Amino acid sequence: MTMLAVKDIDVYYGNIQALKGVTVTVEEGEIVTLIGANGAGKSTLLKTLSGLLKPKSGSIEFLGNSIAGKPAQGIVKSGISHVPEGRRVFANLTVEENLELGAFLRKDKKGIEADMKKVYDTFPRLLERRKQMSGTLSGGEQQMLAMGRAIMAKPKLLLLDEPSMGLAPLMVKTIFEVVKDINEQGTTILLVEQNANMALSVASRGYVIETGKVVLSGSADELQSSEEVRKAYLGGH
Amino acid sequence: MEIIQQILNGISVGSIYALIALGYTMVYGIIKLINFAHGDVFMLGAFIGFYAITQFQMNFFVALIFSMAITALIGVLIERIAYKRLRNATRIAALITAIGVSLLIEYGFIYIRGAQPEAYPDVFGRQSVSLFGATIDMKAVLILSVSVILMLLLQFIVHKTKTGKAMRAVSHDTEAAKLMGINVDNTISATFAIGSALAGAAGVIFGLYYTKIDPLMGVIPGLKAFVAAVLGGIGIIPGAMVGGLILGLVETFVSAIGFSLWRDAAAFIILILILIFRPSGIFGKNSREKV
Ligand SMILES: Nc1ncnc2c1ncn2[C@@H]1O[C@H](COP(=O)(O)OP(=O)(O)O)[C@@H](O)[C@H]1O
Ligand SMILES: [Mg+2]
Repeated sequence: MTMLAVKDIDVYYGNIQALKGVTVTVEEGEIVTLIGANGAGKSTLLKTLSGLLKPKSGSIEFLGNSIAGKPAQGIVKSGISHVPEGRRVFANLTVEENLELGAFLRKDKKGIEADMKKVYDTFPRLLERRKQMSGTLSGGEQQMLAMGRAIMAKPKLLLLDEPSMGLAPLMVKTIFEVVKDINEQGTTILLVEQNANMALSVASRGYVIETGKVVLSGSADELQSSEEVRKAYLGGH
Repeated sequence: MEIIQQILNGISVGSIYALIALGYTMVYGIIKLINFAHGDVFMLGAFIGFYAITQFQMNFFVALIFSMAITALIGVLIERIAYKRLRNATRIAALITAIGVSLLIEYGFIYIRGAQPEAYPDVFGRQSVSLFGATIDMKAVLILSVSVILMLLLQFIVHKTKTGKAMRAVSHDTEAAKLMGINVDNTISATFAIGSALAGAAGVIFGLYYTKIDPLMGVIPGLKAFVAAVLGGIGIIPGAMVGGLILGLVETFVSAIGFSLWRDAAAFIILILILIFRPSGIFGKNSREKV
């Protein structure tokens, strides 16, 4: 079943067009990756999906309902959580308070508690640091917190924007294992990465974006063996 | 025990400044605006309390809460009508608007009711209590208790409630707060409501303490509370409390040692000194308690 259907959207920053007729679909249960160079428009697409930006034209359907131009609050409620580029944890709040805010729209106290426990099981580091101001966490820990915070909303679709950015290789591995885990537990994932190797190793399908346009799409295997992708994003081997 | 009495006076005045400064600092923390109309909300609070007691025969404490409720509403209206559309405008545009709102409230109020002052009802008379041999005016005790209770309540709201957490989140990163499903408009309104209610309470206890109120009474205390907020570190809640108390104590001592004419100048000398030597205020940049 199609979870997300983005059709032919145009997105602008003022007069500058950042996305040009982008079409992307995500099926339920998948991990789909968007790869592309810096400035290609990957973050812009995620921000449009989560309601931070509004498309000028085109349509976005999530589980059959149009969400294009809806406010962010409504989109979170309908089941999309966005882990933004650069983590953006609330540095002035504790780890636990950050997680609580992830569940801001939920009313089921029991469920929230259970999910908090699940997040701590997934990221034991966060449990150790739960009373600590999140601004004092390391980059990897902040990434864990940002992901944990998004999971607290109990999303059906998780948008991840460059989770591996700036992290040590070992931490990147941990994060990608968690991404797979989250997916196996039933959350569909749209993963933006510059680390194309890693991304294609966990994803089932992918899209390549260049200067605001989708230039290539296909299964992860197809993309991995494509000459263009190898040259541009996989270091050319 | 002259000194204890002076300290108590200083703390009383200081807690009035602190209550006003909190609103400045909370609003600055969340939308980076120096709300120059804040001193006028304080003035309106004093008058609402005055009318509540004299016209509606309300008990002092009921009048205090009534005034807080109305000033909270006024604060929200000011934000929704005047400031909201300027969220993405330049800071200077917002600042000029705030000054405009301030003048509008002051002279609009004078236009409606005239500029004459009012004598605040002396609801507690000359009651006093004695402490360590000093006779302490009942009013000072009352001001102190009200301020402490309100500040504790504020700490509770900011740290323990959902709204408080949302306020801190929005002040740190509005966009990330939206991704949590936080309604940013409502959170900003809540901040204005709380800050204005504290100013309203400050207005009522100011009336009780100084016994005279008038439509321009918000100007000087407003400026001083702004100094207190900057002194503590603008945007930092405990900073506003500490800054207010320091300012009250300094002023009282400047008067007590015979320089009462310099009392008002003290605040501005402090402002100049902080801006030169420590522009980020006592609690400085690294503090985490931003709202
Ligand atoms: N806030 C903004 N204002 C104006 N232009 C922007 C803004 N954010 C991104 N852009 C531009 O939009 C294009 C796409 O950016 P982005 O989506 O962040 O790329 P990516 O995430 O793929 O690196 C870039 O050319 C970038 O300069
Ligand atoms: Mg990006």
